Amino acid sequence: MIEEEKKHKARLDFHSIWEYSPAPESSDHIQLKEQYELFINGAFVAPEQGEYFDTINPAKEEKLSSVALATEADIDKAVKSARNAYKKYWSKLSNRDRGKYIFRIARLIQERAREFAVIESLDGGKPIRESRDVDIPLAAAHFFYYAGWADKLKYAFPGRDPMPLGVAGQIIPWNFPLLMAAWKIAPALATGNTVVIKPAETTPLTALKLAEIIQEADLPPGVVNIVTGAGKTGEAIVQHPDVNKIAFTGSTQVGKIIQKSLAGTDKKYSLELGGKGANIIYEDAAIDQAVEGIINAIFFNQGHVCCAGSRLFVQESVADEVISKLKDRMDTLIVGDPLDKNTDIGAINSKAQLNKINELIESGLNEGAEIYQLECDLPGQGYWCRPTLFQEVSQSHRIVQEEIFGPVLTIQTFRTPEEVIKKANNTPYGLSGGLWTDKGSKIFQTGSKLRAGVVWSNTFNKFDATSPFGGYKESGMGREGGLHGLLPYLELQ
Amino acid sequence: MSNRVNILKTYKLYINGAFPRTESGRYFIIKDKSGKQLANMCRASRKDFRNAVVAARKASDGWSSRSAYNRGQILYRVGELMEGRKEQFVDELTARGYSKSKAEKEVEASIDRFIYYAGWSDKYQQIFGTVNPVASSHFNFSMPEPTGVVAVIAPDDQPLISLSTMIASVIVGGNTGIFLSSETQPITAITLAEVLNSSDVAAGVVNILTGFKEELITHFSSHMDVNSIWYSGTDQNAKKTIQEKASLNVKRTHFKNFIDWMSDDAENPYLILDFQEIKTTWHPVGI
Repeated sequence: MIEEEKKHKARLDFHSIWEYSPAPESSDHIQLKEQYELFINGAFVAPEQGEYFDTINPAKEEKLSSVALATEADIDKAVKSARNAYKKYWSKLSNRDRGKYIFRIARLIQERAREFAVIESLDGGKPIRESRDVDIPLAAAHFFYYAGWADKLKYAFPGRDPMPLGVAGQIIPWNFPLLMAAWKIAPALATGNTVVIKPAETTPLTALKLAEIIQEADLPPGVVNIVTGAGKTGEAIVQHPDVNKIAFTGSTQVGKIIQKSLAGTDKKYSLELGGKGANIIYEDAAIDQAVEGIINAIFFNQGHVCCAGSRLFVQESVADEVISKLKDRMDTLIVGDPLDKNTDIGAINSKAQLNKINELIESGLNEGAEIYQLECDLPGQGYWCRPTLFQEVSQSHRIVQEEIFGPVLTIQTFRTPEEVIKKANNTPYGLSGGLWTDKGSKIFQTGSKLRAGVVWSNTFNKFDATSPFGGYKESGMGREGGLHGLLPYLELQ
Repeated sequence: MSNRVNILKTYKLYINGAFPRTESGRYFIIKDKSGKQLANMCRASRKDFRNAVVAARKASDGWSSRSAYNRGQILYRVGELMEGRKEQFVDELTARGYSKSKAEKEVEASIDRFIYYAGWSDKYQQIFGTVNPVASSHFNFSMPEPTGVVAVIAPDDQPLISLSTMIASVIVGGNTGIFLSSETQPITAITLAEVLNSSDVAAGVVNILTGFKEELITHFSSHMDVNSIWYSGTDQNAKKTIQEKASLNVKRTHFKNFIDWMSDDAENPYLILDFQEIKTTWHPVGI
């Protein structure tokens, strides 16, 4: 009890002693149209069937704009325009000039970065700090990096003659809307392909703003086509017979459907799917840094991260200390207005996602896990989820097995490296893993045993345009970023 | 038309982000195609060169620790600014006897050259770096790192594209340098220095001298704080002198030259690799 008191005295009480004043990023300069059309063949055109859907601000449940719903006829138009652009312009340009167009996109994103960051936070609910410091700069960096590759491809694959595939159909998720668009469009264009891309239905706005930039950059019409809609629109892209390549980022469930539906066709595909990343804390880790890393691994972007470190494994000898410090640190997190620069945890992206998270939290309780949640006031409007920890969980619990895609962390303990490697790999997923230790040799030993496409050591959730990213096993196939990110868009003759 | 008396430009050296006159006070005359005097150029001395080496060495730490992405952005910025000065470069080349279209081609190619090498900033490591599957229980990788301070003697012909290629390929890999411009057509080099100075290339990363090769070659190749030298001339005696003097401090010598610096031959990552050292790092693997 005395111990307990001491601990609490030492704790920083951010909420009552040091209250934060609101520090909202201004959204006055943001200009959104009431209605957005489809971006096909270099122009904004109305959808064939004249249907639109709303995109809302998940922090306020207010409509931001309405967006065209693309149906099969629109997708056909977009694919035709991409094919035409491929034949008529894009494949005829020199590699150097193709690169120059992509450089332009990178520079224009940098110029309009703040505007994009605010829209990203309005439309998707993520904290402005993240959209400003991570999403948008990384998106620009991706275009910059791949622009440079356009006239250097022969050096990437010596002894081969790299050729574009043709028209790429791309479907991206709502967790990093502009960044995912950059991950898809930049390598596709650099390798000489043209694009039909569909942003997620809950976060279409930055992609449509990107369409404006593509116009400003004066890209030949049809090289990039941006079509909005939900699952059916995506399906129409996947099914279109004149698409040469499908690139999909999203759930494993949908990824499997896509893979199956492409059976028997010659379409090439790359899939970046779900994950259930293990974050391993060895007893010799720098504990305070590790705690910070655990927080970043699971609460970054409300946990809407396919590579989130959602399964924490702590070595038994330091488990009490780590968990106690983790709870203390979690208690300081600020949940609320995504546009506030102090906010750590923004809004959950959609009602549907919130329901899914809540359902899984419920299952954790039903299966006997011990819950710890941040106590704080939540805004009256909008979709919110408290940062959540679960202890007393086992490998078979649903919350340990299934991807929650929310701010929910499960905590398990282990005794030996062999044990934790087995537990970490005991999942159909294989996207990411983290490990914390002061011993470098351990990093490489454990890292080499993790069956995952990205391993972070003494850090987590780091991304860079030069670094390949992608999954093992049911987390997908193909890599995005870096030299290897060129491969999914090339035929190496 | 206007009977205004034009202001004539003074051409100076470019050392440590400033434009000093040569400490020697000497000059040489550059004439236009009709034989009329165009400019008095600074005739750089040994002392100017030594000052430039000090500046380059001082800038080396900061420049080589920039991220590759940042260096790429800065080189791209140089291209952007050159685009805005296109006419000036073209005028300077035509004054020396270039046709307008030939001058335009060289200026445009020079801009593109900076963009080309900007693109390599975060890629040559991915081509030339390796992870080595050693037989023992170690993680081992080899990465290129900048050689350090590079002294460069540019050719006389194609003055802008050759100098642009040499600057871009040397500095994109994190080196700093001293560049002796074309002796017969030095004017664009100083204009390029003005571009570099107003871009985000830090002071001392690029130092540009004008002067006489014959006089400076010995100093370029014998300086003990220069790590590498690139001479693109064809004079066999000069080459031999450079090789001999280079041995004083085991300077790396490079004699790559191109008959046509505009051609794609002068665009390749091996020009970057020439000014890199390979570092292999070992790390144990185990519990």
